[in-house]
Amino acid sequence: MKGRWIKITEAENIPLREGRPVKLGEVEIAIFNLNGRFLTIENACPHKGGPLCDGIVTGSAVVCPLHGRHFDLETGMPVRASEPACLTVFPTRVENGIVMVNIEAGHRAMDSAAA
Amino acid sequence: MKKLVVVGNGMAGVACVEHILKHKPDFDITIFGDETHVNYNRIMLSLVLAGEKSADEIVLNDIDWYRSHSIRARLGVKVARIDRAARLVIDEEGEAAPYDRLILATGSSAFIPPIPGVDKKNVHVFRTLDDTRHLTAKARKGLKVAVIGGGLLGLEAARGLQVRGCDVTVVHLGSSLMDKQLDATGGEYLKRRLEDLGIRVMLPKQTAALTGNGKVEGLRFASGDQIDAELVVIATGIRPNAELARDAGLHVNRGIVVNDFLETSDPAIFAVGECTEHRGQTFGLVAPLFDQARVLAAKITEQPGPAFAAPAPAAKLKIMGVDIYSAGVIDESEPETEVVRYEDPGLGAYKKLLLRNNRLIGMILVGDIEDEHIYMDWMRSAADLSGMRRQLLFPPRGVDTGLSIAEMPDSETICGCNGVRKGDIIQAIHRHGVTTLHQLKERTRASTSCGTCAGTCEKLLRAVAPDFQEETATTLCSCVPFSYERLREIVRGQKLKSVEEVLAVYGNRKGCEVCKPALSYMLDMLWCGEHDEDRSARFINDRVHANIQKDGTFSVVPRMRGGVTTPDELRRIADVAEKYNVPMVKVTGSQRLDLLGVKKSDLPAVWRDLGMASGQAYTKGVRMVKTCVGSEFCRFGTQDSTSAGIELERRLENLFTPHKFKMGVVGCPRNCAEATVKDLGLIGQDGSWQVVVGGAAGKSVRKADLLITVETTEQALEAGELFFQYYRENGNYLERSYDFVERLGIEKIRKETVYAPDEVKRGLLERLARSKALSHDAWLEGAQPFTPTQFVQIQPMQTIEEPQLV
Repeated sequence: MKGRWIKITEAENIPLREGRPVKLGEVEIAIFNLNGRFLTIENACPHKGGPLCDGIVTGSAVVCPLHGRHFDLETGMPVRASEPACLTVFPTRVENGIVMVNIEAGHRAMDSAAA
Repeated sequence: MKKLVVVGNGMAGVACVEHILKHKPDFDITIFGDETHVNYNRIMLSLVLAGEKSADEIVLNDIDWYRSHSIRARLGVKVARIDRAARLVIDEEGEAAPYDRLILATGSSAFIPPIPGVDKKNVHVFRTLDDTRHLTAKARKGLKVAVIGGGLLGLEAARGLQVRGCDVTVVHLGSSLMDKQLDATGGEYLKRRLEDLGIRVMLPKQTAALTGNGKVEGLRFASGDQIDAELVVIATGIRPNAELARDAGLHVNRGIVVNDFLETSDPAIFAVGECTEHRGQTFGLVAPLFDQARVLAAKITEQPGPAFAAPAPAAKLKIMGVDIYSAGVIDESEPETEVVRYEDPGLGAYKKLLLRNNRLIGMILVGDIEDEHIYMDWMRSAADLSGMRRQLLFPPRGVDTGLSIAEMPDSETICGCNGVRKGDIIQAIHRHGVTTLHQLKERTRASTSCGTCAGTCEKLLRAVAPDFQEETATTLCSCVPFSYERLREIVRGQKLKSVEEVLAVYGNRKGCEVCKPALSYMLDMLWCGEHDEDRSARFINDRVHANIQKDGTFSVVPRMRGGVTTPDELRRIADVAEKYNVPMVKVTGSQRLDLLGVKKSDLPAVWRDLGMASGQAYTKGVRMVKTCVGSEFCRFGTQDSTSAGIELERRLENLFTPHKFKMGVVGCPRNCAEATVKDLGLIGQDGSWQVVVGGAAGKSVRKADLLITVETTEQALEAGELFFQYYRENGNYLERSYDFVERLGIEKIRKETVYAPDEVKRGLLERLARSKALSHDAWLEGAQPFTPTQFVQIQPMQTIEEPQLV
């Protein structure tokens, strides 16, 4: 995989089924803990910029706390097909208890579908 | 009077008797039943097993019915033999009952395969109410259960035991589940759904033996492996009960052989139901048996009637959270059959429609059965679908493509299970003023068995009943498809203490933003705070104890009991506003001050510097008590409203409620603090207090109802507490007190709170006290956070500018 893996934080800092925001340069990401599987998306909801890190997790999706838009954490795609915008997802892994994110390998499902 | 004897007190036999009574009620009737129960709805047993219904709720004919029709009911009596020459039925006691006409409705029994060990203890079948009672008595949390047989009945038993907390494995001989009703793909979707719900499925798996010493301990398979099982349910099919007929010398194959008019080889003897064999076919589903009952009733009363022709089979799986429907031809290898198919593994939905000459002849629906009515309309009316080919899989809703209600003749059967025709329903509406589906069910029994015709019944009601009322669904949400009331029972009964547990056993294991906070509330309320707190199930406001704003910042409203503050508090609020650059300080409508635009990471410091408690302005809980000046200063005041208001707020603060809960206390009927439009209000008068509830001045405006008038402040506070706890326990999540009061009616609320027997009141107050004792000011978490990163912004260990290679 292209890009560099950046060490973010100890895995236990992200509680089960919750998200936490992290600022990396200009990008704010939200990292979620899905029963030990960690997934990362850009933090701002494409609708009105709501902090997705604060949303309730349902299955593998998150619900924006402001207006209830649902996004799949694995693909960044909106759960309801009527929503046009999707989110960038970032490859995430845990190594020796540290959550690592590859910020440069972030991608959007819709862009790749269009390409 | 001619003597009619019916052997068998089940659904088919009794349905036939009901029809006979309609035609010609001058038979002298005796019914023998080997079960001790009156006639009940056997197909609802799965709901009794799952705790959805009580045994009483599935009774079809109570004992008064037998009495009022002068029917001798010989319940719990087995028939030993039939003396055809003398026309006598002889029971096990040797008593003889003479007959002119005899109906055999002996039903069927569970087929028990000849596997070694099936006679061990704790091995059951699932056919009768008594079987169901045995199973429910043994079911407990964590009990290892194996269900042998992955057909309709086996799966219903499996889910029923699993919702009672058992650890269930289904063992199926075939290579896919419900193979009589589903194809392999449908079976696979069903399997996945069951596994999602936490039921293990093993197939194809042949059970070689049941192991254990006396009691069953496990299953050993032909493949050599084995599993543990403390309880085994055998659901491997049914067999017609034809012994009695065979011994009497009647023509019997697999079942009692009957012709198109349900006559056996003896002209005085008839047979109906699952014990019969008609044109080589035996029966296991209820709808054709009701058809038989009608045909036989006409025959026996010598009325002109139709001949029996077995209808196309239709089966619905009655399992909470699993939607399966199968009807008609499902074998696509039949000649000239076209198949239209759709599947979406993400949604767990699979549809297969079978057509011949542009007509629907069969279907399999898994996971999405919403269009079942439309498809059944198409199938029954043999509608020509040539013009619909592009929309077959997603038929336009609300458009009556088949027979419209108006075109349907009065004789058309609406409820196949209970034999209710359109005419019967129209009569019920006109004669008995039926306006809801619930009333229609009670009056006609339509839609009480499989429920498939509920949609058509509603359409009829809508078209015919002048005051049709749609029944509002009270299920919490599709993730946990139970009503609030039922869920409260489940949580209490099964001692579930966490949101995840409820979702795992009763839900879809995911939950959503609707049901998770609702379940969070329910658990907190039911266990009075002694539940397993799951912060991830709460809305963000309830994780960080502040109200999220449009830009992701938060608003902070400290508690200011009764709207009374001090110069010192005001000074601290002003200092905090400056120190943290709070963009706006606003006086709220609730006599408090709101600091808007605070960053999440500043919340603990802001709270610390304020030195005040949380005002709970962000949660579904106790907000505040708004008060007027009262008798201490006001020249019109008759009661000390500020003191009473502050005391009321102290007693209820930090508690959660189904929706936000605002209160007001005023010292005189001038009502300066608007107590009459609050969820709970105390209105002082000279020498007494009025306690009012269910007021609103928000989205809607509603004047509160008077709960009670009392003399002392202490009595007023206690009446308020009673209502408060009653609303906590019986309100649905997100139901404001004003909707709650309208739903239940103030008379009922009075009876169950202030006018309730002392022990009921004491119970409410004790539970309130227990919750209160475990509640605390949420802002204490500023100093002792629930998780290390509850408020703290995570700083990455590496920066993007200078990454180190790892």
